[in-house]
Parts: sequence; structure tokens; C-alpha cells
Amino acid sequence: MRALGSGDIIYIIMAVRWTLLLSLVAFLGGAIGGALVALARTSEFKGVRIVSAGYIKLFQGTPLLMQLFLAFFVPGLFGWSVDPWTAAALGLSLHASAFLGEIWRGAIEVVPRGQWEAATSLGLRYWPKMVLVIAPQAIRIAIPPTIGFLVQLIKGTSLASIIGFVELTRAAQIINNATFRPFTIFALVALIYYVICRPLSAYSKRMEQKLLVAAR
Amino acid sequence: MSYEFDFADVFAAWPELLQGLLNSLVLSALAMAIGMVVSVAGALGKTSGPGWLRRIIDEYIELIRNTPFLIQIFVIYFGLPAAGLKFSSNAAALLALVVNVGAYGIEIIRAGIESIQKGQVEAGKSLGMRPLQIFRYIILKPAIQAIYPSLTSQFILLMLNTSVCSAIAASELTAVAGDIQSRTFRSFEVYFVATCLYLGLSVFFWTVFAGIERAFLRKPTR
Repeated sequence: MRALGSGDIIYIIMAVRWTLLLSLVAFLGGAIGGALVALARTSEFKGVRIVSAGYIKLFQGTPLLMQLFLAFFVPGLFGWSVDPWTAAALGLSLHASAFLGEIWRGAIEVVPRGQWEAATSLGLRYWPKMVLVIAPQAIRIAIPPTIGFLVQLIKGTSLASIIGFVELTRAAQIINNATFRPFTIFALVALIYYVICRPLSAYSKRMEQKLLVAAR
Repeated sequence: MSYEFDFADVFAAWPELLQGLLNSLVLSALAMAIGMVVSVAGALGKTSGPGWLRRIIDEYIELIRNTPFLIQIFVIYFGLPAAGLKFSSNAAALLALVVNVGAYGIEIIRAGIESIQKGQVEAGKSLGMRPLQIFRYIILKPAIQAIYPSLTSQFILLMLNTSVCSAIAASELTAVAGDIQSRTFRSFEVYFVATCLYLGLSVFFWTVFAGIERAFLRKPTR
């Protein structure tokens, strides 16, 4: 065992970049997947709606940790070995696409029926209707819960440490194993997550209040 | 696909898996029950406590909501012994789950309390209802109806969160799965079965919560 030095602290703080990068990749992947899931959930074809609803339930009904384990081991079944980074990015993206899909489905459905009918009666087909009429109204409603989910996602990246990806939490564990100063180290890490997540939470809450006032 | 599935070793360990599943269920149920008490107490403190208490509760809520559950477990299990507070891994897991769910529960319960308008209570009084009737029919039932969906989905999240407690070797399903995996090396098979069991737990809780809603919380039809 050795003493906790400034090099250790810097090592932990530098690991934040992996937490942020993983969050960003998972959020982008989840946004693309989530858009598809949301469109599938609001599709006019019953089969598509049922399959996408099942996808969402599957991810809402199982722990994120299990999803990460399976993202790590399932590619192996097909002979592809993935490193922890790829598995974490894949697992978190799929996870995010289910949750964002459900959030955005809600936002799409809140757009009043008359808007859909008006767009259809103007002769707009599916894509122009979605992009020009529905999306601009749905996005406004979707922003606060989307940012709220981003906070969940950033916190969720800490579980990537369990499948061996060295991000903030794993870096802290490594340093703790060498120096054994658990309280100082994990309190510091909690503070770092707090500094990242708190402004996002506050922003999400403020936007929500604004929408509530506007809706009155 | 050249992979050969082999579930035999995993199914041979079914008594362990069943025990892990039961432990997860008990851990979730205990945390939900104690978490409810914390949430109600916290919500009362936040709505009618003195200013300093409200600020403490607010800080607690923000601190927990903006840090990962895994770190909260680590602080409680590895960090607190340095301050002289030592827990077994199962006790630390339960404590971490309660501390975590409390931060979400307080806000949910507070929203329920604030959803009851004063005029409703006054209307009850003028109809000649007794205080206990007013509390039961005008305050409690509508408040629970208002928050039931968010409260129950929070409970499901809590149950799913118990899997993270494997990180400190609490004896729940994910830790059991990890044990079996390190013995048999059938990684995919073990985690696939464990995932299915968690899905089973979710379906169980979804069904129970929907049943409770149908039995007690049906809104009057006009």
C-alpha cells in the first residue's frame, strides 16, 4: 500500500474524459435508435407498434447491468470478441434508445390530433408531416425529460466499470486498491459526478417549470 | 454461428439461482417498505418542517439524484467504516437502496400532498364529513391515485438497482450469477438466465401493482 498522492487524484480526474465520451456516444447512439423506436411506437402498423413496445418493456424490465453483461457476451456468440469500451457503448446505446424512444413517443402523442389532421389535409405525406409539423412541437415538450434521462445515462456509465471499462468509477477503484483511502476517493468521485449532473438536472427542472407555466 | 449453447451447468445450479432470486425479492421489498417511511417523513419535513430542515432535505435529494448508485454503495460500504460505521454487505446494500429511493420518493410524495387543494377539504367539511373521513377519502386516496404511477415505476427501478449491489458481494441474483459464471465459464448462458429471471421479477411487480390499482384505486366512473 502507498500514500494517496496528487498523481492519483489527477489520474482519477483525467478518467472523467472516458465517462463523458462514453455518455456522449451512448446518447448519440440512443438518440438515433430512440428516434426509430419512437416512430415505430407511433406507427400506423399494429405489428410495428407491438414489436417496439416489446423492445421498450424488455429494457425497462431488466437491470442495466445485465444489459451490459449481455452486450459484452452476445457478440462472442457470433465469433466477434468485443472490448469493454465497445460493449459498454453498445449496451448503453441500446438501453438509451429504449428509454428515449418511450420519452419521445409520449412527446409525439401530446401533439394535438388536429395538427395531424391539418397536416394531412394540406396533402403532406408521412415524412414532411413528421419533420415539418409534428417534430417541432414534440421537441419542445421532449427537452426536459430528455435532459433528465441524460443525467441517468451519465450515472449509468459508472456500471461500465463492472465490465472492466476504465472510466471515472473504475479509475477510482484502481487507485483505492493501491492506496486504500476509500472515503476520500469515493467522496471525490461522487463530487465529480455531482458537478457534471447537477447543472443538467437544474436545467431540466427549469425548462419543465417553464413549459408548465406556458401550458396554463 | 458456431457457438454451442450449453445451459446444463447453469440449470444444474438452480437452487442457487432460486435463492438469489428470493434474496433480490426480499431486498427489494424491504427497501421499498423502509424507503416509503423515509419518503413520507422527508416529504412531511419538506412541506411543513422548519427552514433549516427543508434545506438539508433539498441537499440530500440533489446529492443522491446527481450521483451514481454504484458510488453511493461504495461510499457506504467502503467509505463509512473509516468513520467507524461498519456494515455487512447485505446491510450496506439495503441501506444504500433506502437512501437512494428516499431521494426520489420524497419528491413524489410531496407532489401528492401538494396535489390536494384546500377547497377540497373545505368541501368535505361542509358536506359534514368527519376528520377521519376527510383524511381517507379527500386527502389520502386522491393523493395516492395521483402519485401511484410514478411511485410504482420508482419501485421497479429500485428492484432493478438491486443488481448493482453485487458489486459489494451482497447475496442477490447478480452476485449468484457471477459465482456460477466463474465456476462454469458459461458467461452468456448464466447472464441470459439471470436477465430472464429479472424480467420475471419485473412482470411480477407490474402485475401486483396493477392489481392493487384495480382493487383499491379505481377512479369513480361518471
